[in-house]
Amino acid sequence: MKQSTLIWTLLMIFGGLGLLSVQIFRTQGAVYVREVPVEAKASQPESPEQVYRWSKYQQVPAKEKGEPGVSFSLSRTIGLWVAAFCTLAIFSFLYGDNPLYKFTESVFVGVSAGYAMVVAFWTEIVTNLFAKLLPGLARISFFPDMEEGTKASLLYLIPLVLSVLLLWRLAPKGSWIARWPLAFFIGATAGIRLISYLEADFVGQIQNTIMPFIVFDSKGAFLWIESLRNSIVIVGVLSCMVYFFFSIEHEGIIKYISRLGVWFLMVTFGASFAYTVMGRIALLSGRLNFLFNDWLGI
Amino acid sequence: MLDILQNLDRRWIFLMMFIAVSVPLIMGTTFPEEPSDQVMAVFHAVDDLPDGSNVVVALDYDPASEGELQPMASAFTRHCALKKHNLYFMTLWPQGIPMIQRSIDLLESEYPDTYKGKYGTKYVNLGFRAGNEGVIKLVVEDLKKSYSSDINGTDLENIPLTKNLKNIQQVDLLANVSAGYPGSKEWVLYGSAPFDIPTVVGCTGVQAPIMLPYIPQQLDGMLAAIKGAAEYEQAIINGYPELKDNPNAKEGLKRMGPQLVAHVLLISLIVLGNVIYFWERKQGMA
Repeated sequence: MKQSTLIWTLLMIFGGLGLLSVQIFRTQGAVYVREVPVEAKASQPESPEQVYRWSKYQQVPAKEKGEPGVSFSLSRTIGLWVAAFCTLAIFSFLYGDNPLYKFTESVFVGVSAGYAMVVAFWTEIVTNLFAKLLPGLARISFFPDMEEGTKASLLYLIPLVLSVLLLWRLAPKGSWIARWPLAFFIGATAGIRLISYLEADFVGQIQNTIMPFIVFDSKGAFLWIESLRNSIVIVGVLSCMVYFFFSIEHEGIIKYISRLGVWFLMVTFGASFAYTVMGRIALLSGRLNFLFNDWLGI
Repeated sequence: MLDILQNLDRRWIFLMMFIAVSVPLIMGTTFPEEPSDQVMAVFHAVDDLPDGSNVVVALDYDPASEGELQPMASAFTRHCALKKHNLYFMTLWPQGIPMIQRSIDLLESEYPDTYKGKYGTKYVNLGFRAGNEGVIKLVVEDLKKSYSSDINGTDLENIPLTKNLKNIQQVDLLANVSAGYPGSKEWVLYGSAPFDIPTVVGCTGVQAPIMLPYIPQQLDGMLAAIKGAAEYEQAIINGYPELKDNPNAKEGLKRMGPQLVAHVLLISLIVLGNVIYFWERKQGMA
């Protein structure tokens, strides 16, 4: 065994034992919930008012475990441990690619896709399509709050037909039918995007760049910070544009302006990278915060 | 020594980064923050509104970005709650629904007098709608064309807050927290810019350079990455000193301790790498 592998293996084993001992001796990693009673009233035109009561459970800090109404939640505790295990499994990729990481990565992708699909089904297919086309049935089945006598909106047949046509792509024959709704979606999206990009990005950004080199306040005093900022923006934009102007030879004065543009671009990329690093460290501290606070209770 | 550094296993760097982030996190180290003009613009956008104004809070992120964005979302929610604003929560990300629930839990637990049991009159959860920028186009022109019901399936006509709301051009402020597409850029392109809706955003560090050109004409202010969140929290604490004792109001501030130490480590490693590179060049190895 290589020396580095031995060191890292020992670190992992001792780290794991440490975690285990913390869990055993400090009795952390348990989730406590408080029972919150909920009451709702509902009435129908022909029947008297009915009262529905149920409980919802609110997670509370471990220090409140002795208080009345607070109890241990097995399901949430299992959830906490699974989340901690998955976090550590993902971190194990830093040690090297391994089956545990691959398994957890697949679980995350699957769970995300499954969750998104279920949410989309209940918010779009059921709420936005089924309830619009068959309001009576939707009221009986899922939405008792819906107004009685709501009329069906037949306009929603169009997205239904388009969606069914889109699924035709899965059929061995006639997959060309899916091209029609696809063409509609691409055309509509391009149309929506084009207008907004032209208005907010293209024209809007040109407007934002039209600014004075020299700025004075309302009393006529020279504002050097604002003037410097405006000058940097204008010079930066122009020099970067010159750098991307490939139809003329970058010789003489153009060469120097385009080089200045490169410097501006480099500073921009540097700032972008620094922001990205900050973001990644924030994500790391977020996960470690979960492990230390929620799981280990440090 | 230089030979060791030249062939340093990258896992030692990971270990150093782990220590650099975890020690200040465990110690709860915080540093004083001075809110920048950009952050103060966000603060004033929320704070200068009369109490009880209507604010749309669009939370377009998922648990993967929670570490960076949850402090922002909580700070927006807390600030709006201090001003007793009416809140309309919505998301364009399916995984954004639990993120909205966190903000609602915050409202009910920290500000029960104003928000507990006031669903529909002080806040409403519109939930998720598929369609990305298409949804934004619809809600700025006709809210009920896209959202006919809230997350519970209740018709918007039966909810006091949404009954008379035709579209979100009528709201006083749009606050968006986003981790990518669809998110802040789309809200600016399809919402705030064409209809001049006052908008503030909080976004990830990756998005921040993309959003900067929109300030101040198309965007009132922006919270960039965890630094923006920490400065915003400080601005709220400065404005409302009663929050000084609330540890939940300092989530972003607490995450800046690890940032500082990790950045110092990174800069040191970059300098060290360059020293080794130039030393190798001098030795004729590179």
